[in-house]
Amino acid sequence: MVKTHFQKTSWIREIERLRMNNKFTVNDLNLYYGDFHALKNINLDIKEKEITAFIGPSGCGKSTFLKTLNRMNDLVESTKITGDICLDGTDIYKNMDAIELRRRVGMVFQQPNPFPKSIYDNIAYGPRIFGIKKKSELDEIVERSLRQAAIWDEVKDRLHKSALGMSGGQQQRLCIARALAMQPEVLLMDEPTSALDPISTSKIEELTLELKKDYTIVIVTHNMQQAMRISDKTAFFLLGNLIEYSATETLFSAPKEKKTEDYITGRFG
Amino acid sequence: MSRKSMFCKEYFWQILVTIGGLLVIFVTLLIGAFLVYKGSDTFFKFHHTLGEFLGSANWAPMDNASSKGHVGALIFIVGSLCVCGLALLIATPFALGSSIFMTEISPKFGEKFYRPMVEIFAGIPSVVYGWVGLTVLIPFLKKVFDLQVGHSVLAASLVLSIMIFPSITSVASDAIRAVSKETRMAAYGLGSTRWQTIYRVVIPAALPGVISGIVLGLARAFGEALAVAMVIGQTTALPKSIFSTSKTLTTEIAAQMGNAMEGGEMKAALWTMALLLFLISLLFITIIHKFSKPKGE
Repeated sequence: MVKTHFQKTSWIREIERLRMNNKFTVNDLNLYYGDFHALKNINLDIKEKEITAFIGPSGCGKSTFLKTLNRMNDLVESTKITGDICLDGTDIYKNMDAIELRRRVGMVFQQPNPFPKSIYDNIAYGPRIFGIKKKSELDEIVERSLRQAAIWDEVKDRLHKSALGMSGGQQQRLCIARALAMQPEVLLMDEPTSALDPISTSKIEELTLELKKDYTIVIVTHNMQQAMRISDKTAFFLLGNLIEYSATETLFSAPKEKKTEDYITGRFG
Repeated sequence: MSRKSMFCKEYFWQILVTIGGLLVIFVTLLIGAFLVYKGSDTFFKFHHTLGEFLGSANWAPMDNASSKGHVGALIFIVGSLCVCGLALLIATPFALGSSIFMTEISPKFGEKFYRPMVEIFAGIPSVVYGWVGLTVLIPFLKKVFDLQVGHSVLAASLVLSIMIFPSITSVASDAIRAVSKETRMAAYGLGSTRWQTIYRVVIPAALPGVISGIVLGLARAFGEALAVAMVIGQTTALPKSIFSTSKTLTTEIAAQMGNAMEGGEMKAALWTMALLLFLISLLFITIIHKFSKPKGE
């Protein structure tokens, strides 16, 4: 009896997911680092080919939550997770391999972190571990990825120079290109511009808007203006709770929660 | 008053530390100069050529001041190269494996138990290694390979490989640990397995340090005399195989320096060999510096 009920609800959920065009569905997610309860009962859906922004003060759990979406938290010791996260209806913790997941859900980190290799080898890294060896094929992927990340013209003459010689902004776009070379479905960005100057930041923002056509993007940001400029949906986190989640315009112009209002008007945080 | 004493102290310590630093440089230069002075006798006093010293296997120096002997040190040079090269080949895979193990696979256990173990390894005096080699390894080799004597280049290499293993391991593991967490995360974030992360990203990034470790191990191997002398068999002949007995630069110096007459041809030739060892270690240090230099653009 109980089992039938369960099947029915999951079936209904699936229909719902397809109707709503959800890429990720998160249900009752709790995350603990040892004894610390870092994420509390998170429920949210992330739509395909939209930009979803997570905002909130430092330590609110927004980055932690982002990292659960491609299981980077697996690498942190004594992390415990309950609840479920589904990517296209498949539970990523129970029914998916972390390696496969990370190939479908790419990530860009807060600090630009190119490998200490040449620009070319940075981009070709992903395809290579995927098993692509043919030079012509790799060349094509490298060029396409760098073009997508709007950095091709700046680096095409020095593809075989070290990536560490680039500026911070260039390095970050290289990291985006590196993630795109895997042809992921989703791109997670963990405060991708917090280490960059305003010009580089605006380049990354333009790029993000451009990439929205083909990718589902989830971005964590400290910068509320940034969330307003680029995101379709915004989620506000506070102390491990998801306080409010709605269309960006609504969240910033007419927040439902007092806490959200306090935060976006700068009363704390 | 207190201001003045503060400055006095400042200068006092500064001078003391500077003297300490300069002393090291001075002593090193002095040793180098002394070795050049003593070692050049072979060429200038006894009129042998560099070609003979490095290229001939005819080792029969006179133990007097005449220059009628032969000072071909090729046997020792080849002996040293064979023993050290083989030791390196044996030790490096294990050292690399254990440094990966203690940094990547099991960092907690590695830090708590494995590293101290390796350090203890490094601290055991060479005579102990030599003795253990003599009593355990040599009978074993003799039996397994059916040799007349167990003393051999192989035995020396095995003993040396155990001795240099901790040097390589600790330097290589430091280099691997120094690869930033961000770099690892980038690899994992792209869907790398742990092994792919290690051998495609972490090892290449740590390579300069790993190579420094290997060169350091090699330098230690070149310099080791006692343990090698105990198990190599000490015959003045070019090794024909890894089962042959032979000699190395260090073992020959250690064995003959007490007997050789001061001012004689033999003594001069031994000094020249010491100079050669000094130059080899200088070369190794240069290599290490070249590799450990932070790479810019």
